[in-house]
Amino acid sequence: MTTTLDITKDRCPMTFVKVKLGLSKLNTGDILDVTLDGLEPLANIPKAAREQGHNVLSVRNEGGHYRVVIEKT
Amino acid sequence: MSTDTKKLSIICFSGDFDKAVAAFTLAAGGAAVNWEVNLFFTFWGLNIIKKRPGRAPTGKGFLDRVFNVLMGGPRNLPLSRLNFGGLSPRLMTGMMKGRNVATLAELMDSARALGVKLIACEMAMHILGIDKSDLIDEVKEVVGVPTFLEYAREGQVIFIS
Repeated sequence: MTTTLDITKDRCPMTFVKVKLGLSKLNTGDILDVTLDGLEPLANIPKAAREQGHNVLSVRNEGGHYRVVIEKT
Repeated sequence: MSTDTKKLSIICFSGDFDKAVAAFTLAAGGAAVNWEVNLFFTFWGLNIIKKRPGRAPTGKGFLDRVFNVLMGGPRNLPLSRLNFGGLSPRLMTGMMKGRNVATLAELMDSARALGVKLIACEMAMHILGIDKSDLIDEVKEVVGVPTFLEYAREGQVIFIS
């Protein structure tokens, strides 16, 4: 199952909070597809997800926004 | 000290609105990127975590009640500068909402959801006649210095005055 999460309008720390809580609600193998803006979340959201043991499947620049796709493990 | 210990303990001494926002921003942000976070509330900081949000006569003695009414609860936290008799925290909350920045209530909800540990100072509560039942349910423990230091051990400590 894939869940989308748009945090382009959010600011620190809610960007990170929403991703962490979003992942916590998923089952193992589910996908969280995050759209975000800005270098701070771009640098730290994949990093924090990997630290927790999740798989970061892709990080793509999509014309102004970034898409980070995370598989929950 | 283990190199991968990521633990942050914040001593909330201040009961100012802006400093409470700073404390809960650090707490929620830290917990969101996998840090273990402890929030220790003492003195004025206890006002942030009172169960009754307004100016309630908490305590048994006359002076307890006077102090607690004057200090107020989470709804009365003053801005540390330019408070304008309590108007500014309301204006600031409006500005935060308008700019999509989390309000203090949202930050506190986030901290709760992310498992930030809230603990309160036994001694300061004793001075002010505040009982554990006067504090929000998220406050799990009322502790003294040794227990706080044990929780904070091998992590980073911030004192917000």
